[in-house]
This record gives sequence, structure tokens and C-alpha cells, in this order.
Amino acid sequence: MLAFRTEDATFSYGNGFALRQISLSANEGEMVGLIGPNGSGKSTLLRLISGILPASEGEVYLDGLSLRRARRKAVSRMVAVVPQQFQMPFAFRVEEVVMLGRTPFLGAFSDSSSREQAIVTQAMDWVGIGELRGRFFNELSGGERQKVVLAMALAQQPRLLLLDEPTTHLDINHQVELLELLKRLNREQGLTIVAAMHDLNLAALYFGRLVTLKAGRIVADGVPGAVLTPSMIAEVFGACVQVQSHPTTQVPFMIVVPP
Amino acid sequence: MNQVRAVFRSNRHVAVLTALLGLLAVSMFVATILGKASISLPEMARMFLNRLAVFDFEPTWRAVDETILFQIRLPRVVGGAVVGGALATAGVLFQGLFRNPMADPYIIGTSAGAALGATIAMMLPVGVAFLGFGLVPILAFVGALLTVLLVYRLARVGGKTPVVSMLLSGFVVSGMLTALMFLLITLSDDLHPRIQSVYVFLMGGVSVSGWEQLAVVAPLVLAGVMAARLLAFRLNAFALGEEGAAYVGIEVERDKLAILALGSALTAAAVSISGLVGFVGLVVPHAVRLVLGPEHRLLVPASAAVGAAFVVVADLLARTIVSSGELPVGIITALIGPPLFIYLLRRGGKEYAF
Repeated sequence: MLAFRTEDATFSYGNGFALRQISLSANEGEMVGLIGPNGSGKSTLLRLISGILPASEGEVYLDGLSLRRARRKAVSRMVAVVPQQFQMPFAFRVEEVVMLGRTPFLGAFSDSSSREQAIVTQAMDWVGIGELRGRFFNELSGGERQKVVLAMALAQQPRLLLLDEPTTHLDINHQVELLELLKRLNREQGLTIVAAMHDLNLAALYFGRLVTLKAGRIVADGVPGAVLTPSMIAEVFGACVQVQSHPTTQVPFMIVVPP
Repeated sequence: MNQVRAVFRSNRHVAVLTALLGLLAVSMFVATILGKASISLPEMARMFLNRLAVFDFEPTWRAVDETILFQIRLPRVVGGAVVGGALATAGVLFQGLFRNPMADPYIIGTSAGAALGATIAMMLPVGVAFLGFGLVPILAFVGALLTVLLVYRLARVGGKTPVVSMLLSGFVVSGMLTALMFLLITLSDDLHPRIQSVYVFLMGGVSVSGWEQLAVVAPLVLAGVMAARLLAFRLNAFALGEEGAAYVGIEVERDKLAILALGSALTAAAVSISGLVGFVGLVVPHAVRLVLGPEHRLLVPASAAVGAAFVVVADLLARTIVSSGELPVGIITALIGPPLFIYLLRRGGKEYAF
């Protein structure tokens, strides 16, 4: 069963192509890392898969449903997104933010019931932020906020979770904590996860499949050991690295070699 | 762990709203019994009972007192509540949509459009009346709506209307329309004798007399407030930003248009019977948010009730504090609104915590 599939999906922002003829799919239950330098199209690809940007050419399917004419409500019941930057304008409490994840299941006349409340509580417990529920979102640390946004995404009860550089602004302990959480969600709930990753070593440690983008095209797709080679890193990132084997997990481990 | 906190429990909502509607009822009662013409309370009670055809008391009061109570004072009290409720609700809608603390019902040019419309109406020699409305309220209403339409159209690029473009084009269009209004005032000799009425309109003088206009505007505003309550969960989602709202299933462009149209219609309805009453739409939603939090399911109806009570009390002051004549209610709202707001802000409420 495929979680999503893109067929020759092309997108341009008006000043040149952001993505060219991307054909990519993921099975349900896969954990896919997107890597590539800044501007290579990782975020744009995530937006295309989430359906908020329409492909200029080609098609994107979620679970067999074409996104071209799909309604947001239907799409957001299948796919949830944890964006890179997140700002709340008013003093919302954590629980209220997580409840926003239930929006696709609400209507004008159906307010949040005790069932919705239970789903919200469950999502917060999964992420481990139960004790933050009454705190103001904007007063939390970056790591805590990231978990709240993840809980909101989980409250959507998605089958596909997209994350845009989820560890970028976090300290190393929070990075590991968040990725462990994603791994657990993937294993225990069968959630398909696609994340744009910035740190190649962390990507190699946590993602069984890495898709490499360069200038809007997929240039490599496979297990970390096949993708993360010195020649590939030199070609895609223009950086010189030595690749070693991680001492405990045996996945590739990169060390930057200054030119 | 499982102690479900009361954030979404509707008991709290019901309790708070009952209290606020009580506050509104009390303020309307006080505003009805107080006024320059002193009518005694027992007499008022008997007048009401006569009206309800429950009793038939022998009138011990002057006929003019009855006219003052039923045709002047009561419509004004109801009118004040309608204006306050409409502006506060519109304020909630615009602040929620724009995620901006500076947004008020006039932010995208309704005030300038209404003022220009009213000025044109005052220049015209004809005295058209429609559903009990004179030309001034009609053109103010039309001017406000046309302006929003123009601003929306100007901000629309490639099938999208980013809120930032809307704020900017609103600002620019407002500036031009205001300049046009002053140009008309300066050039038109016909207007000079009526310059006072232009100022009263700009300062927000509630001009309701009789029930004819209210019979149109009050149901419109009531329906508008209820519609805003139905949009509440969408307004909550807009707090995530336009992209974030789309991620949780909001059809952003469609819902943005709905919020904008509703807010503009409420504002135009208020302006048509009161001119430009300032600060209600800006301050009331903030004050309510400081005390009750930003969740729109409670914020919308609570702001409507508080806004209504606020303008009723402000209008009571406007027509009683000076011994001769009366003040435009907009002056009172602009004088007592900000200090109250500053008090709430400094008391340590959290509206924006960054």
C-alpha cells in the first residue's frame, strides 16, 4: 500500500523551477529522510505532498486520492505537517493549540466534544507533554514548542506525517528525543514519516531510506549506506567529507574534512 | 494525568456568557431609566405594563414622557447595544484573520469609505428614504462595503489575497478616500452649513430615533454575531497562519473571504446608524481576550456582549454629562476605552506572550 505517490510532479515559483519531474513514492510505514542543500526543493516537495501547493505539471496522489481537486478537510485527515517555523499570535494554551489539530473533524455546529478532548489528551501523552497542557504556548522553550506542534499534528490522526527540518533549532538532547519519538511513532503506530533533514549524521541514524535532492531533482534514493558516499556528498553539497562507520550502529558517519 | 482541565468545558462558557448577558441587561436597564427628562421609576413601570397590554393604568404622566421613553430613549439604548455588539464582533473577526493586534473594524478602509459616502449624501439635495433610512446611512453603508470590495480586489494576486497585501491596500485606499472626502468638504459650498453633521458622523454620534432603522439593523447584527460564532473554530485555526490553517483543513481563501465579508457587513451596519464610533472594535476584543483567553468560541459571543454593554454605558454618559445638548458617543468610547484597557494590560493579563 502506497502512502503517497508523485508522478512527474513539477513546480515553479515563477522564477525558475523549484522541482522538476519528481516521481517518488513511499510505502505505508516507511520512514523517509529528504536531504539536499538549501534551495534544493525539500520544503517545496513537502508542500506538494501536503497538497497546499498544486503541482504545475504532473500529479500527486495520497493513498490513491489525487490532490488536484481534493478538499483541504479530506486531505488534512490523512496528512499532517510539522512546519519549520511556528508562531502563535495570541496567548493560546498548549491544550488549545493541540486541539487545533482536531479542526478537520469539526463543523460549525459540532464543537469539540469529550471524544475530541480524549484524542487531544492521548496525543499530548504520546509526545510526553501532558504536564504542559495549561502553559502558554509562547512561553515554552523551542524544544517544548516543537513537541506541542507534533502533538497537534498527531491529534489530526494522520497516516502520513511530514516534517520540515524538525531538529534544526533544537539542542542535541532535544534532537535525539524528537527523533526517538518519531521512530517510536513509526514502529508502534505504523505512521509513515517523511522529514526534510538538515543534519546528515542524524538522518543516517534514524531514517532507513534517504532521498537526495539537488536543484529540484532526485539524484539519489536508497539506504544511507548507498546514498551517503564521499563522492555523492561532494557532488550534491560540494563539501569534502570522510565517511566512516558509526561505532555502534554501523550506519555511515560523516566527518568534515576542511579543504 | 487524566484530570481534564476546563479549557473546553462548555459549563464555563455558559457561566461566563450568562454573566455577561446579565451585565448587558443591567447596563441597558440603567441606561433606560436615566436621562435628562426625569421620569419616575413607578411611572416607567406602569408605561411598560400599559404597552404590554397587561394592565391599563390611568396615565399620571405627560404624553411627551411616553414619547421620550419609547421613541427616543429606548431605541437609543437598543441602538447602542447593536452598534457595540457589531463593532466588537467585527474587531474579533479582523484581529483573528489578520493575527494582528492593531486590526480593528476600520482597518481595511470601511471607515474612510463610509465617511466619504456620508459626506456625498450630505451634499446631495435629495432626501431619499428607504426602509426608514435617510441617504446618509445608506451611502455610508454602501461606501463601506464598496471600499472593502475594492481593497480585496486590489490585494488579489494570482488567485490569492495575502493578508499583508490587504492591510497595505486598505491603508492606501483609506488615505485616498479620506483625501477625497476633505476635498469635497473644502470645495462644496452646500456642505458648509452642514459641516457640524459631518463632524458628528466622523466622531460617532448614535443617531437612532424611532424603531424603523433598528428593525432592519438589529436582526442583521444579531444574525452576524451568530454567524461569527459559527466561524469561531475557523478563526482559531487562522491563528496558525494561512499555511498552518491549510494544514488543519481550512480552505484558506474561501474562509478568509467569508470572515472579511461578515466583518465588513457588521461594521457597515454599525456605521449606518452611528457614524464612526472608535476604539470599541479595537479595545473590547483585546480586553476580553486578556481576561478570558484567545479561544474564539468564547471570545466571539463574550466580546459581542461586552461591546454592547460598553457602548450602551458610553452613550448614557454622552447624553447626560453635559448640561446642554449631547456629545457624540465616539468621543466617550475613545476617552474611557483606552484607560480601561491600559489598566487590564498592566494588571498582568497575558494576551501576547513571546
